[in-house]
Amino acid sequence: MRYSIFNLCREALCGHTGWPKAWESPTPKSRYEVIIIGGGGHGLATAYYLGKNFGIRDVAILEKGWLGGGNTGRNTTIIRSNYLENDSVAIYEKSRDLYETLSQDLNMNIMFSPRGVMMLAQTHHEAHAYMRIANANRLQNIETEYISPTQVFEKCPIICIDGPRYPILGALWQPRGGTARHDTVAWGYARACSKMGIHIIENCEVTGINREGGRVTGVTTHRGSISCDKLGIVVAGHSGQLADMAGFRLPIESVALQALVSEPIKPCLDVVVMANTVHGYISQSDKGEMVIGGGTDGVINYSQRGSFTYIEETVRALVETFPLISRLKMLRQWGGIVDMTGDRSPIISATPVDKLFINCGWGTGGFKAIPGSGWAMAELMANEAPGSLAEPFSLDRFREGRFIDERVAAGVAH
Amino acid sequence: MLRLKCPYCGQMVDETELTPGGEAHLKRATQNSSDDELLDYLFNRRNPKGVHFERWRHTFGCGKWFVVARCTVTHEVFGVYKAQTLKPPKSVVDAIANRRGHETQESQ
Ligand SMILES: Cc1cc2nc3c(=O)[nH]c(=O)nc-3n(C[C@H](O)[C@H](O)[C@H](O)COP(=O)(O)OP(=O)(O)OC[C@H]3O[C@@H](n4cnc5c(N)ncnc54)[C@H](O)[C@@H]3O)c2cc1C
Ligand SMILES: [Zn+2]
Repeated sequence: MRYSIFNLCREALCGHTGWPKAWESPTPKSRYEVIIIGGGGHGLATAYYLGKNFGIRDVAILEKGWLGGGNTGRNTTIIRSNYLENDSVAIYEKSRDLYETLSQDLNMNIMFSPRGVMMLAQTHHEAHAYMRIANANRLQNIETEYISPTQVFEKCPIICIDGPRYPILGALWQPRGGTARHDTVAWGYARACSKMGIHIIENCEVTGINREGGRVTGVTTHRGSISCDKLGIVVAGHSGQLADMAGFRLPIESVALQALVSEPIKPCLDVVVMANTVHGYISQSDKGEMVIGGGTDGVINYSQRGSFTYIEETVRALVETFPLISRLKMLRQWGGIVDMTGDRSPIISATPVDKLFINCGWGTGGFKAIPGSGWAMAELMANEAPGSLAEPFSLDRFREGRFIDERVAAGVAH
Repeated sequence: MLRLKCPYCGQMVDETELTPGGEAHLKRATQNSSDDELLDYLFNRRNPKGVHFERWRHTFGCGKWFVVARCTVTHEVFGVYKAQTLKPPKSVVDAIANRRGHETQESQ
């Protein structure tokens, strides 16, 4: 059933008893053309664009927990595309652009809110780096601007721009950046996939990758073996584990990244603010909570729980920049396992195993990339060759020293 | 918060006194190394879900480097030893084997 005002009214009149399930839970078949491991945003978007752009619908998504229970449902939802390198800008802007119309495309309100993203420059080094990005973005046709402290204050009056430790020297401003509702992105793709006949199989952990003569033949799961022609690994923090099952190694470390929300307060912040020097970023949710994200913990961690030390550090720094939040109580705090690469850019690539493809390494900043990454991964899997979006992000780049260095633009944050 | 024992100071110290330094026992690549050896040294990591041998520095204490064998899921620590040790000492390997029979092999 389409989500529309007419159906909403009709359902209101009959007690909301007629809404169908958003997606089916079929029993797994013994064979699919394509299997995607991982039911986060990137896995779901890959399946969706395989179906939509390439007509490949004999697809299953295997998820060990519930849909979006990984980083997709744990992130602070910042969307922007003002990175430094041409290759990054191409995929992040493709993604941001798809987000603009994703609600219509999926017939699900993903609440994309391009309220503007501001990255504060709080050291001279950072100010220069952001000016450089603003110049690069101009050449890349991305609408960004380096703005002055006065303009920062006009857009965000709750910032203390002349604090003693972290004065505001300027900011990189992307007016069409913003946020979206994370779970709904996962649910929207899932519903659209299910409608195309793609199987979404939750509570189905992959425990082995079956190969024959250097070629993938299928997977072993908690619900039995399933064979396939092509396999995609899209599991973020667990990429190393899956690669291990397939017999190769990755340039990835899995670490915890944490976030928290405050108690809800009246509207006071209508842009997204990122302060990378102090490892903190903040926005206000529609419910009024201040949504705060921090830096990564420094050690490998699969527990989806970080150390209080890092949360305290983030909050300590943010309190100086936003004195108003000092009296707020914390409502919830949580962590996700993020997959960090050496150059802070993702991997969308073929692998040493034939017909096995991998999409990972989005680290602390892949929510914004879900639509574009799915688009590029679907192209790679359908044609068994990367398109122009995915090509620069191949796994060989680490061997060849052909990095896409986004440590400045991505910093620790998003 | 993680609390680890510094093998030099012989004391339990808080994470805030320490700096993590990544996977231990990497074999340093040289000018004569192949591209693959360089790749392994610089980027590829074991990144295990289980026992991990990792370097730490007692930055705000004695300033020295040491190695910790820690489970990346439960944070259980199996032993600490000085950074000059080339491979995990037997006592640590045994401690892992005693508590996690099946994982020892994978973690070497
Ligand atoms: C606290 C936090 C804040 C963040 N903030 C932002 C932000 O503001 N902006 C931004 O752009 N990005 C942000 N990110 C990063 C973003 O969340 C991720 O890059 C993105 O969600 C990754 O999506 P994914 O689909 O690749 O992974 P996930 O959503 O993690 O999905 C992977 C799925 O694979 C499943 N899986 C794993 N192993 C197996 C197996 N063996 N078998 C079957 N299934 C398996 C997992 O259960 C999981 O559901 C943040 C991340 C965190 C943790
Ligand atoms: Zn010491």
